[in-house]
Amino acid sequence: MGGTLAGWLQVLALVAALALTYRPLGDAIAHVLTAPRHLRAERLVYRLAGVDGNADQRWSAYLRGVLAFSAVSVLFLYGFLRLQSHLPLSLGRPPMPADQSFNTAASFVTNTNWQSYSGESALGHLVQMAGLAVQNFVSAAVGIAVVAALIRGFTRTETDRVGNFWVDLTRIVLRVLLPLAFVFAIVLVAGGVIQNFHGVESIPTIAGEHQSVVGGPVASQEVIKELGTNGGGFYNANSSHPFENPNAFTNWLEIYLLLAIAFALPRTFGRMAGDHRQGYAIVAVMALIWAASVAVVTVNELHGVSSRAGHAAGGMAEGKEQRFGVWASALFAAATTLTSTGATDSAHDSYSPFGGGMTILNMMLGEIAPGGTGSGLYGMLVLAVVAVFVAGLMVGRTPEYLGKKLRGREMKFASLYILATPAVVLIGAGLAMARPGERAGMLNPGPHGFSEVLYAFTSAGNNNGSAFAGLSVDTAWYNTVLALVMLFGRFLPMVFVLALAGSLAGQAPVPVTAGTLPTHRPQFVGLLTAVVLIVVGLTYFPALSLGPLAEGLQ
Amino acid sequence: MAKSLPLVVRNHLTALRILIVLTLVTGALYPLAVTGVAQGAFPYQADGSRITRHGTVMGSTLLGQNFALPGERPGGSGRAPRPDPAWFQPRPSAGGYDPLASGASNLGPNNPVLVRTVEARRAAVARFDGVAPGDVPADAVTASGSGLDPHISAAYAYEQVNRVARARGLRPATVHALVTAHVQDRVLGFLGERRVNVVQLNAALAGRG
Repeated sequence: MGGTLAGWLQVLALVAALALTYRPLGDAIAHVLTAPRHLRAERLVYRLAGVDGNADQRWSAYLRGVLAFSAVSVLFLYGFLRLQSHLPLSLGRPPMPADQSFNTAASFVTNTNWQSYSGESALGHLVQMAGLAVQNFVSAAVGIAVVAALIRGFTRTETDRVGNFWVDLTRIVLRVLLPLAFVFAIVLVAGGVIQNFHGVESIPTIAGEHQSVVGGPVASQEVIKELGTNGGGFYNANSSHPFENPNAFTNWLEIYLLLAIAFALPRTFGRMAGDHRQGYAIVAVMALIWAASVAVVTVNELHGVSSRAGHAAGGMAEGKEQRFGVWASALFAAATTLTSTGATDSAHDSYSPFGGGMTILNMMLGEIAPGGTGSGLYGMLVLAVVAVFVAGLMVGRTPEYLGKKLRGREMKFASLYILATPAVVLIGAGLAMARPGERAGMLNPGPHGFSEVLYAFTSAGNNNGSAFAGLSVDTAWYNTVLALVMLFGRFLPMVFVLALAGSLAGQAPVPVTAGTLPTHRPQFVGLLTAVVLIVVGLTYFPALSLGPLAEGLQ
Repeated sequence: MAKSLPLVVRNHLTALRILIVLTLVTGALYPLAVTGVAQGAFPYQADGSRITRHGTVMGSTLLGQNFALPGERPGGSGRAPRPDPAWFQPRPSAGGYDPLASGASNLGPNNPVLVRTVEARRAAVARFDGVAPGDVPADAVTASGSGLDPHISAAYAYEQVNRVARARGLRPATVHALVTAHVQDRVLGFLGERRVNVVQLNAALAGRG
């Protein structure tokens, strides 16, 4: 079979798998978020935590739950990292320094998984599995919980209640993430991913040298790293490391896993809204942007557009694994930056200017195609609100979405949401570029060096976590500032989303009339896609033109 | 919970308690259960797909290794180790095939350092294998993402046949057949790339003496 045909089949098989699970997975999540009965295990959790599982919260109480849980998580993980040398399974590793611990704790709690450390040399097994991997579960669940509250804002009427955060969190972890993670962890092990508690072992090689190999509970962490769109690798090389991703099958499965929940959530939305067509419209926009992005990255990597090193080598193989090749690497790169995953099976820093530039643009779009678990859908729904508003302005009517009026109050929250992330990204990148010491952290010269800094702040602000990894980021300044960018980039938007949810839930429904903009037709799909590209994409155009565009057009 | 505490304190205590419960479930019970099933059902994979020879572990089929001349190995001298002509050579590695230092070069697509490095590697590999520089495939002159890539392209493996055969006093046809037996097709025929596992190929070579 030719490489092109194989490449296409790889993509089509992925699309088919995602299409097949769209309905069952989306329906299952909707059931988990709406079922009146608690499982016995859940009631036990509520009792141990002192939670009333039947209480319904105002948006502000829901938000306080999110923030309290995240604050406690940051402190817990920070302490874990600082004290790891006193704990079992530490492999003799020293405590992580204070600035790096803060960065890492913020990173994993915000679902970013930015890593300024190297897993195989900095961390023991216990902190990986009981510290970092736990946040991989719960931070993903927090994202889904917040979008559940937003959907309830649309579907409930004349109430100030949007659900119970503790119940949503517990149910998503126990009923959705844990069973899926368990099953696919075993599949990954069958495919070759390791799962053991070996320490560092010196093993003789075939040529008579020695190689120091470190094992670990990798599969159990790898699976939730993808499924929860987290992205933090057990090893420094992340999903290009053969112990995390040993062959093209595990690679394909990992791409599927990191897309599966985010692509199924529009079904959850459609089901909870009582109109599946609303879900299909949202998933259509996600799929359009996704397909275009995969195409741009793949074509640029196949042809090595504007890459002198690629031409010298005869192919874009630098930073890519032979077992994956260009097609599977480009597919992974597009998927991981269009979600908030940030796992990498190849080095994005060595991608062609426009291929690597596309991965930056993917994140800049706010990671909504399909985006992170939960965060992708709430980002897209906020943009849908903006799209409806824009359409309303054109015809001079008060805009409505799903039977709710979009008044000044709703539009303020939506606008603040849209502005928050670009503000933290661009201010952060600007500050770094203004400081000679931080500029010196660039590995590559010219516009590509700026791209490294822009990538870092885009990745942190959008909670992606991947990197143009040449940039030296393990400094007190980068660790601290990027941690703050991650925290603001995660929680400011959540504040506005939950405020929007509360505002919508309090409204009485407006009846659909002949003047209502239908939000399930191709017309709306086109409108929403255009709003995504224009409103969000253009915000970053000046920054992109200084980095990847300048390099690619040189 | 004591109702006398302020709301904000109660809220954080609830958060801490639920975090501890979820940590026990997802951070202890879950990974231990996965480990139990994995070690029971797939012990070979769970332990890292190890190669053994005469009962001794000789590395993992998943992790690439150095095949450098004795006394030319990394550490100390500071210069790159010279490849041993008697072994099939893996791709260049940003971390010298040290599993405690996985990672890529991260050099940009137009970085002059990378362009020069690629050109120098092309000349060196062509000289070493006795082929035209234009025939050296891309994987032979580029570092992988992990620095531990155990694979090379079939083209790069075949390119090395004559050199390995000469160094070992074997007939080229014998070595050629060995490479052919080690060429792996794409997974399921369409996933990833065709490749040769250098570690397994060299292990088979060593088995021949």
